[in-house]
Amino acid sequence: MIVESMLNPASAVLDQVCDAGDPWMAEVKKGQIFRILDLEGNQAVDTLFYSASNPEERYSAVDTIARQRQLYLTTGSVLYSSEGNTMLTIVADTCGRHDTLGGACSAESNTTRYDLAKRPMHSCRDSFMHALNHCECAANMSKRDITANINFFMNVPVTADGTLSFADGISGAGKYVEMRAEMDVIVLISNCPQLNNPCNAYNPTPVRLLVWNNS
Amino acid sequence: MALTFDANIDFDTNKVLWDEVIPGGNHWSGLMRRGTALRLTDLSGSANLSALFYNAEDKLERYNMPDTLKAQHTAFLTKSHVCYSDMGRVMASIISDSVGWHDTICGVTDATMIQAQYGESSYQTHRNNLFRNGKDSLLIELAKHGLGKRDLTPTVNFFSKIMPDDAGNLSFVPNNSKLGNTVDIRFDMNVLLVVSAAPHPLDTKTVYAPSAVKLSAWHAGIADADDVCRMSCPQNSRGFVNTERYYL
Repeated sequence: MIVESMLNPASAVLDQVCDAGDPWMAEVKKGQIFRILDLEGNQAVDTLFYSASNPEERYSAVDTIARQRQLYLTTGSVLYSSEGNTMLTIVADTCGRHDTLGGACSAESNTTRYDLAKRPMHSCRDSFMHALNHCECAANMSKRDITANINFFMNVPVTADGTLSFADGISGAGKYVEMRAEMDVIVLISNCPQLNNPCNAYNPTPVRLLVWNNS
Repeated sequence: MALTFDANIDFDTNKVLWDEVIPGGNHWSGLMRRGTALRLTDLSGSANLSALFYNAEDKLERYNMPDTLKAQHTAFLTKSHVCYSDMGRVMASIISDSVGWHDTICGVTDATMIQAQYGESSYQTHRNNLFRNGKDSLLIELAKHGLGKRDLTPTVNFFSKIMPDDAGNLSFVPNNSKLGNTVDIRFDMNVLLVVSAAPHPLDTKTVYAPSAVKLSAWHAGIADADDVCRMSCPQNSRGFVNTERYYL
């Protein structure tokens, strides 16, 4: 459902740009509002969430899907944790649909999906590894913690016969999704560098990340 | 991909190495070596068997749901589909199937969900008929192998079907599997298999009586050049190459 936000970027407490192919990691406190803004359009933003107090509790795709009996995310969707708790709630969305099934690209999965020779291409899971190696808030986290992620702005329709496809994006320049943290969360993003399918319109571009205090 | 039903699968019971019956709701784990296979048999209909797969030699490598779905452009599994690890290798293959749809996207029940749907139970009051949930069952088996909550990935829910509509709403399809239905899984790597026969999280029943599932093991051999799973799409052909390079 398309719902616009009333929040003004001028009052954000965090306002950063994450370039195409870069990771981004930060903590968002309970009650804060977190916005991901697709600056140039059709940019997949691979995103994972962890409880800041206990990262063993993390966003769970299957809990989010099964508990709401719904494949896609939009305004009103709850992002559930592996413990069945509400981590975040989507409160505004000008795109309308976000993916829960496509996961993150990797050097290894690129070899099967496209060609054995595609292994050297940059990938989301390499970005996740880099972030875990360098961010202070990733202490004691490793590949074990990289689970099925959300792809904001990505369009992965599933039909009644169970066919899954990577379709052209439905996002556009300036579209955004906004969520309220219901617990202190660590956000881990890979701004997707995939060049082999239309998830980034074959041209990965920057995204803007904003946080507002609850007021 | 069209559903492929194998109504009369040729299965030589003389070749069975061992059988193990998982009582409804119960859990199990074990090593399945490369080239062995398991026939799963639904012993009373409407079974659900939630399964996890790890490389037994390097348990950091494990089944990856999104990689499995996107490589094969499917949201469910049936004959000719494979299960991919997060390292681009084929871990296991569905070599025959009389069910037609196995769910990949709903995960398992937890204690709160089971109690809300089926009522209170405990070992004290119900002995071995207590209402086991999928999550705690899998975690018990994972702990036997040094694994824990961080390793609990999305499951393959054999025998269960969830139907999506165009808007993404999901509905549970009752009685997707019938008494005697089978699915045959070949292990293409040395796999630590972890299973729970607790009810599917979207099952609509209100009485806790999950079906038992029989596991029957045999030597299927490794995938040959014209294997149905290898040939089902170019992605799988490349996935088998990655697996074969690992075992050179």
